[in-house]
Amino acid sequence: MTAPGTGTTRPSAGPPRDYRFPFFERITLANGLVVIVAPVRKLPIVSAVLVVDAGAASEPEGANGVAQLTARMLLEGTRKRNGDDLSEQFERLGAAVGASADWDAAMLSMTVLAPHLDAAMSLFGEVVLEPAFPERELGRIKAERLADLLQLRTEPRGLADEMFTRFVYDKSSRYASPEHGDVASVKAVDRSAVEQFYRSRYRPAGATLILAGDIGVSDGVALAERLFGGWTGDGAPAAVVSEKPARVTRAIHIVRKEEAPQSEIRVGHVGLPRSHPDYFPALILNGLLGGLFSSRINLNLREVHAYTYGAHSSFDWRRGAGPFVVSTAVKSEVTADAVREILLEISRIRADAVSEDELTLATSYLDGVFPIRYETTDSIARALAALAVYDLPNDYFDSYRANIRRVTAMGVLHAADKHLHPDQLQLVVVGDPTVIAAPLAALDAGPVSVYDSEGQPER
Amino acid sequence: MRVPIVTFRLANGLAVTLSEDHTAPIVAVNLWYHVGSANERPGRTGFAHLFEHMLFQGSAHVGANEHFEIVQRAGGTLNGSTWLDRTNYFETVPSNQLATALWLEADRMGQLLPAMTQQKLDTQRDVVKNERRWSVDNQPYGSWWERLPALAFPAEHPFHHSLIGSMEDLSEASLEDIAQFFATYYTPDNAVLSIAGDFDATEARALVEQFFGPIPRGAGKPPLPPMELPAHFGGWERQVVPDVVMLPRLFLGFRAPVFGSDAHYVATVLATILGTGKGSRFQRALVRDREIASEASAFTFDLAKGADLFIADLTARPGISAEVLEAEVVREIDRVRADGVSEDEVRRAVALLETALVSSLQSAGDRADKLSMFATYFGDPGLVNEQTERYQRVTAAHVSQLAREMLGEDNRVSLVYVPAEATADSSARAEVGEPVEAGR
Repeated sequence: MTAPGTGTTRPSAGPPRDYRFPFFERITLANGLVVIVAPVRKLPIVSAVLVVDAGAASEPEGANGVAQLTARMLLEGTRKRNGDDLSEQFERLGAAVGASADWDAAMLSMTVLAPHLDAAMSLFGEVVLEPAFPERELGRIKAERLADLLQLRTEPRGLADEMFTRFVYDKSSRYASPEHGDVASVKAVDRSAVEQFYRSRYRPAGATLILAGDIGVSDGVALAERLFGGWTGDGAPAAVVSEKPARVTRAIHIVRKEEAPQSEIRVGHVGLPRSHPDYFPALILNGLLGGLFSSRINLNLREVHAYTYGAHSSFDWRRGAGPFVVSTAVKSEVTADAVREILLEISRIRADAVSEDELTLATSYLDGVFPIRYETTDSIARALAALAVYDLPNDYFDSYRANIRRVTAMGVLHAADKHLHPDQLQLVVVGDPTVIAAPLAALDAGPVSVYDSEGQPER
Repeated sequence: MRVPIVTFRLANGLAVTLSEDHTAPIVAVNLWYHVGSANERPGRTGFAHLFEHMLFQGSAHVGANEHFEIVQRAGGTLNGSTWLDRTNYFETVPSNQLATALWLEADRMGQLLPAMTQQKLDTQRDVVKNERRWSVDNQPYGSWWERLPALAFPAEHPFHHSLIGSMEDLSEASLEDIAQFFATYYTPDNAVLSIAGDFDATEARALVEQFFGPIPRGAGKPPLPPMELPAHFGGWERQVVPDVVMLPRLFLGFRAPVFGSDAHYVATVLATILGTGKGSRFQRALVRDREIASEASAFTFDLAKGADLFIADLTARPGISAEVLEAEVVREIDRVRADGVSEDEVRRAVALLETALVSSLQSAGDRADKLSMFATYFGDPGLVNEQTERYQRVTAAHVSQLAREMLGEDNRVSLVYVPAEATADSSARAEVGEPVEAGR
């Protein structure tokens, strides 16, 4: 068939229009609270994020999960109103509110239409400064976490993620156990542990309030001053997490899921911290290896071999060294073949420099996609939150694209050589051992052990 | 706040919507084809979605997987998705790459078939089978996506069968099916194109004319079988599914007013009152107060043909049986039927819906997708600017009346997942608990 005139050659692109990350100002209040305001006047909407140095990495020994429980408890009642009333007040203003903790920080976030900003921010301030931590709600929130953990036993994706970190980090590292706590640790957290964690970590010094959207800088700062100016307390000591690996030799860990039609595969090791000077080369390296759709691992496993619906790799960026991991789910029968191809691709990208053409696949993508990432007030506020959490400079966004373009093929090769360690890879597979164990052993990629869905060795 | 809209139609029938916004140098291109799983012929379940995969396998002037590579190299994001009655393809790119995005979409709309090979089809068939394993077969509760429509629509209705398709039917799909489906449904007169973001309207229009103008109009598609359905199911069918799960989960479904109708806006408000946010009834009564459920939500499928589905979706707390969960959910449903809702509850729901709408309209991709949706279903992309008003017109009396009419015992289906070990009755298991694997 013919469709004359459609044009057989791809049109060429004109020069890109200039783009700058939204203007913002970062100032510090007298009590140490940092305030960032980014006026974005497109639509009458504002997003607010409060970042507190109260992530899982800062939990006291034996209290795994208290960071997430404390963050969630902020929205369960204040000294002025119970949790139901609080939710109702927020929601009648149309405010979408959330609170959670990751490894590095606790975050309270809210998006609201501009006419309701003042009223919603008053509640936001009350939640941060006057939480009541009602006993009954804590019991319920703990039970919800325990329900999540129970569900994980039959949810292969989440189970694979959890088992992977367990086999990668030494028991002494906080990173070896779940970000939001395990069954025993969550059960052990009581109201006084939450209160104590709140008192020691929720401090204006070290915290950052971000306002992005339909609001001016002076109005934003005045609002911050009004709500948080009276907040007192010195900064808490910085958290340090052990990055010790569980083992330094390659091994295969099968987690039993009877009759699984697919195997969930995780392959990786301890990666590098967000502050590492090789951040940009590592970003490009990952894009080419498994970060992009057109990356080597995805094209190999999905488009050449059709083993999977998708395969990707990532560095999990944290203040400490989070994991590097390749993730995929493949038809059970081809599990060992898929693992072999993943190992091959990791070796291959360490052996030879990528071509200039391949390099630009990742650099031009990350360069070009930059403005698309910051279309919404919520995404702008979250980007600015990362600035705070990782202590990045004010010109971080303005220099980002140049930093991406500066990465060379040799830089990628060096990063691969330095930061990918084929001999240290932990290969974790959630699947049916009767189908996958023998072929995996035949790979000769390391000793094979089988575990139950709780991670207990079977023999 | 209004989304600016310019519409025109090419001689070949392609409906085009332009919406300028110059705040950032990016532009979204979004195509909806008015075809989905409802249009599949018997024995070809899953074909519309498999076909969507083939649209990323190249066209006359684009190599296999080059579509993805060209867009990502241009600094763009992209994807496609298949639904019961439509399939969409979309990319957001830096504004200087608009011509490339339009050229790519036009090349595959005009000249897909020269690039189709048996090998590509075989590969994508296996990719899709793995997608099915990943999202349905190896995922707790994963079969709800096909079990619920199967329960809620009669066997002969186009929304009854599985969207992802059976392994058997996927195996049967051939290159001839590809050619036929393409000729029938992937025509300019069965598509709408929306462009939102930073572009010059005159230039954009010229590009659309240049790239899409030469593509011939289609010969017309076969009409769907009658989609109309009675307002109520006429009973309360239940299906109990033993699955590899740790906690019982209930999907309680109701036949609902069709998407786009005034009553559908009322249904959306009702869903928000019952199941969106910590202040919703399910959260307050069942998660917080009585501690019956660990998760709870309510939503509509947003089907624009025949009838919609209204779903309450709740997962039990550990220690709570499926029977108790269902009884407690039904108690809440009966309560809203008997007592109605308050004006305060309606205002809470409308406020949340408004924030969500404005939030999503910030993104060029979301704007373009909404424009395409309203253009496809109602021939009027301008409806995007009426959404807030239509929600605001909803009153407590409307919601209470709809709850009375829609949530009755003559209009329910229950899909109940229970942990497999917990079902002592093996006959029940054989009857309804077959694994959704090949050869079903």
